[in-house]
Amino acid sequence: MSYRLVVASLALLVALLFAASLFTGPAGLDLATSFDGLLGGGNEAARLVMQEIRLPRAILGAMIGATLGLSGAVLQGYLRNPLADPGVLGVSASASLGAVIAIYTGLSAAFALALPVMAMLGAVAAVMVIQVLAGGRAGTLTLILAGVAITSLAGATTSLALNLSPNPFSAMEILFWMLGSLTDRSMVHVWLSAPFMVLGWTLLAPLGRALDALSLGADAAQSMGVRLNRTQMLAILGTATSVGAATAVAGAIGFVGLIVPHLLRPVVGSKPSRLLLPSALAGASLVLAADVAVRLIAPDRDLKLGVLTAIVGAPFFLYLVIRYRRTLT
Amino acid sequence: MTRASPAIAAMIGIVAVLLASLPLRADTPPRRVVSMNLCTDQLAMLMAAPGQLHSVSYLARDSQSSVMPDEAQRFAVNNGLAEEIFMMHPDLVLAGTFTSRASVAMLKRLGFRVEQFPPTYSFDEIREQIRRMGDLLGRTERAEELVADLDRRLSAASQSGEPAWRPLAALHLANSYTVGSGTLSSDAVTRAGLENLGSRLGLSGTIRLPLETLVVSAPDLIVGGTRYESPAPALAYETFEHPVLRAVLQGRPMTAVPDRYWVCGAPFTAEAVRILADAAAPLAPRRTVSPPKAVIP
Repeated sequence: MSYRLVVASLALLVALLFAASLFTGPAGLDLATSFDGLLGGGNEAARLVMQEIRLPRAILGAMIGATLGLSGAVLQGYLRNPLADPGVLGVSASASLGAVIAIYTGLSAAFALALPVMAMLGAVAAVMVIQVLAGGRAGTLTLILAGVAITSLAGATTSLALNLSPNPFSAMEILFWMLGSLTDRSMVHVWLSAPFMVLGWTLLAPLGRALDALSLGADAAQSMGVRLNRTQMLAILGTATSVGAATAVAGAIGFVGLIVPHLLRPVVGSKPSRLLLPSALAGASLVLAADVAVRLIAPDRDLKLGVLTAIVGAPFFLYLVIRYRRTLT
Repeated sequence: MTRASPAIAAMIGIVAVLLASLPLRADTPPRRVVSMNLCTDQLAMLMAAPGQLHSVSYLARDSQSSVMPDEAQRFAVNNGLAEEIFMMHPDLVLAGTFTSRASVAMLKRLGFRVEQFPPTYSFDEIREQIRRMGDLLGRTERAEELVADLDRRLSAASQSGEPAWRPLAALHLANSYTVGSGTLSSDAVTRAGLENLGSRLGLSGTIRLPLETLVVSAPDLIVGGTRYESPAPALAYETFEHPVLRAVLQGRPMTAVPDRYWVCGAPFTAEAVRILADAAAPLAPRRTVSPPKAVIP
């Protein structure tokens, strides 16, 4: 299949799932009413449901999915590690911790931008730890173990902060930060996170050629004229900015960045430059599909998104571990 | 036999001590009562004789959960732990059916008389619980006074007969929860002359209500629980800020019923009905008499 055809069909898939997300919900609006509501006509309740509840949810689903898919592809290429992904490496968990600190100290109430900014700082901290390890030519296994440690530490600190909060509801929200959800997000969340996600993408998108060269090894890449410092800077900042902003409004949604590049390699080949755009599109499709599924499976239970992505993702992770067993040890 | 007699004497002594420490009979009112649940705390504080109630739970002093935080200052505080309550040597322990189950089981094993009160799901059950508490404390007259007080406040707040039109009220509590039929809140909403959205949708108990279901139901009134006024914010109230709620209300304010009035069923729960009825009054022009303000508690 040609590259263009793959990209076009993935884009079509995103569009279809975006529409499916818009037309799924407990309000039970029929298609015509939904459409009128979306365009601002028809009855007031339908307009509110479509424009203020479902549209932000679908936009966030697509953008967060693209962020996770793209950053997964970049991290796998940059670290030359098939198991790299913002969730596995602890970037999402650290971003959650940053967001939790911003919200539960009251910082974000005083200054709305503190939420994405703190989440990004959390993400940067995690990527820096990984970078320090990877810079020392750590093996695949070392990186993954470091990711496990970062995830546990960030998760425990998040739980600690929420458990110690005098607010009785805080402890229940541990679930949201660990598993992620898009339920009842508003346009406010879109404005808060979208600019940073787009900024992150623009930092990550031009990395394709450098990542291709890096797949031949750092020395070879350098001799081909790749500026390693610049590549490293872009990869760290781009991942941290986009994943941080995504996690700040939706919690940590795992495994998307891990699965997507692997599904696409057989189709577009393993050159990172050809993986980036398809991974972003496939990530968007995956999160949109998962978000439609949580509303269909348990409409009144507020099933968390991360539950679904983990049910698919964790066995896949296990499969990858088995497949790369020899290179891992 | 002579060698055995000290042992027998000792046994008789132990039995005597055990008998003395046995719970007092029901016809003698208890003299040292410890309550370990917010709801039994408040009922006991409302009707115990002077000196009869020894301790209440820590929540009774929390002004957001309790209607009687100042009153609670007069009693020792407990955290519902068996060891703590054991050391207080109560002759009656009051507990909820859902609170501190392990501690309650332990206290029963240790031979304490524990009376458990289930949550109240209607005003009828509040009357029953007031009377039961009156019997337990030997304060039946006081209990009848409180029941009469509850009935007086209820009839002041709610209108008699079926109203011609019931405005639709949507309860929007923390974490987007609402209440369906079979709950005390639903009973309060109905008695205030409103229709509860949760009941109309066929929900029962306390259950999540997605924002979009709330929006398409176009309620006349949105009743929010009050936020837990803590220095630490929580995401639980995030949807309170969602733009659609303001749009649905078209500039009318959300109706706030402080949680403390209806987390426990007691005479003061009538205050929740009064707040709801006041909020409904401008929506129902046929209502002419504004209910009088009740004094709490």
